Amino acid sequence: MPDAVRETVLETRELTKTFGGLTAVDVLDLKVDRGQISSLIGPNGAGKTTVFNVVTGIYRPEHGSVRFQGTEITGKRPHQIVQQGIARTFQNIRLFPNLTCLENVMAGMHCRTTAGLAASLFRTARQVEEEHRIVEAAEARLKQVALWELRGELARNVAYGRQRMLEIARALATSPRLLVLDEPSSGLNPRETEDLMEFIKGIVREEHLTILLIEHDMNVVMGISDWVTVMDGGKKIAEGLPRQIYHDPLVIEAYLGGRR
Amino acid sequence: MSRPRLPTLRMLALPLALLAFACFPVFASDYLLDVAFFFGIYTLLGLSLNVVLGEVGLYDLGHAGFYAIGAYTTAILNTHYGIPVLLLLPVSAIASGLFAFLVTSPIIHLRGDYLCIVTIGMGEIVRLALINNPLGLTGGPNGVYGIETPTLGFLAIDSSLAYYFLVWLVVGVSIIALRRLQRSRIGRAWNCIREDEIAAQATGINVRSHKLLAFVIGAALAGVAGNLYATKLLVVSPESFTFWESCLMFSIVLIGGMGSVPGVIIGAAAISLFPEVFRSFANYRMVIFGVAMILMMMFRPGGLWPRRRGGTESRDLLQRLWRRNA
Repeated sequence: MPDAVRETVLETRELTKTFGGLTAVDVLDLKVDRGQISSLIGPNGAGKTTVFNVVTGIYRPEHGSVRFQGTEITGKRPHQIVQQGIARTFQNIRLFPNLTCLENVMAGMHCRTTAGLAASLFRTARQVEEEHRIVEAAEARLKQVALWELRGELARNVAYGRQRMLEIARALATSPRLLVLDEPSSGLNPRETEDLMEFIKGIVREEHLTILLIEHDMNVVMGISDWVTVMDGGKKIAEGLPRQIYHDPLVIEAYLGGRR
Repeated sequence: MSRPRLPTLRMLALPLALLAFACFPVFASDYLLDVAFFFGIYTLLGLSLNVVLGEVGLYDLGHAGFYAIGAYTTAILNTHYGIPVLLLLPVSAIASGLFAFLVTSPIIHLRGDYLCIVTIGMGEIVRLALINNPLGLTGGPNGVYGIETPTLGFLAIDSSLAYYFLVWLVVGVSIIALRRLQRSRIGRAWNCIREDEIAAQATGINVRSHKLLAFVIGAALAGVAGNLYATKLLVVSPESFTFWESCLMFSIVLIGGMGSVPGVIIGAAAISLFPEVFRSFANYRMVIFGVAMILMMMFRPGGLWPRRRGGTESRDLLQRLWRRNA
């Protein structure tokens, strides 16, 4: 690995998030390098999703900071963080169920467009042009995830595996620099998982994206990750290349249990 | 994939409605024109609540408060300062919108039933404040009377016919404006918030500002309805702006179908024409109304004319855009 050119895109320092008496994330230092696929793994309740929620602004941390591309984003509101270039998907898919697939993806363009109230009421030339651009970009994204034929279908009527891809398409429509995926392969069959891995590798290559993902499927983690961070009990217990992590006794103990 | 389709009710509705609107005054009595006027007022109120409740999914059961602010703004400014009532139409809209901005800013983060309770309180506070006659402006329980009729230059609006056209003209303009909003970036953002607030945030939508905008626009439109109401009745009093009035508006949106403009018109027709049709057995009116609501929720929970999405709508959107850019 040519470590010399590593550039940190996302960095958390001493990040801490508590819920009442429970410390979900405990003084966590996490780094994500540009152009890499980084995985965050750990047993259930390790605090992985909480990290995602803090990074994307849904939770406010008690302590510590999150920096993205050199800017402090701690405590910013979720839509501001999307604007900065972090997009996410959810562990339990969160689409807009009663909107069409196309509208779902169009929503992703919201933060990259500007038409206001007056422009919308008077249908200014610029607003019409912008709407046109939104539809075109959304359609392109739908084609990318092979959902273009279903563009007029309500999101809730689409099969589960395709809903996942739709959610990713919506996230991509926000033109992110960092895409944060929360268990993207959960609920997918082996073939869909395979396709998903290829897709993720593809977008990293072609769009110079950085990916941070939570994953339980070890085949996925080992198959696509450039870097793996392991959490347990809110703390980082290991990090490294996938094959290093695979044999790390601390990690094995965290997953399988062991003498304490 | 698509075979030639017969004209459906949905496609014929608009021309039929326009035809009915134009022909109606020819044979209608003043009484019927007045009924049609209030049908128009309730349509406006339904449209205004639909922005908040139908498009964004915010439970607002205090909408009569915004309606009242509009009506009283017109009544007070006209009777005290002699400003022409038509000139007060935009003023009432702005007053209600501003009021909505001020009172909903601190509560906008509340969800579902919590917001509902607070808006009920807000509506009641407005009504009780009006009864208590602050600064001697609102006339207490008697209200404000002696409001002038609207004039457009030399054209005085003083007949039932003129009022009928005035209110439906305003309804027409509002519908065009609201439909444009529905099909804009703002309308989509509203729908996203209704569907899933967390997902909307995570997709880059400023949930707070879009909710506030919906409240302000909804309230402004209710203010317009208040202005027209005041100019028609020539008197406003607190009893016209009770919690019951808010409930009626809520029912209009539910009956028609959340987020659907034709649905609102149908809902408003049901609410405003219903009491007229059942005038003869007024005592049972509420019973029938209640049963009708229950049956509706059981058999047609989406409303009588739900907003249709899906294939055709997005295809229409594309076609329209193509044509415009061709």
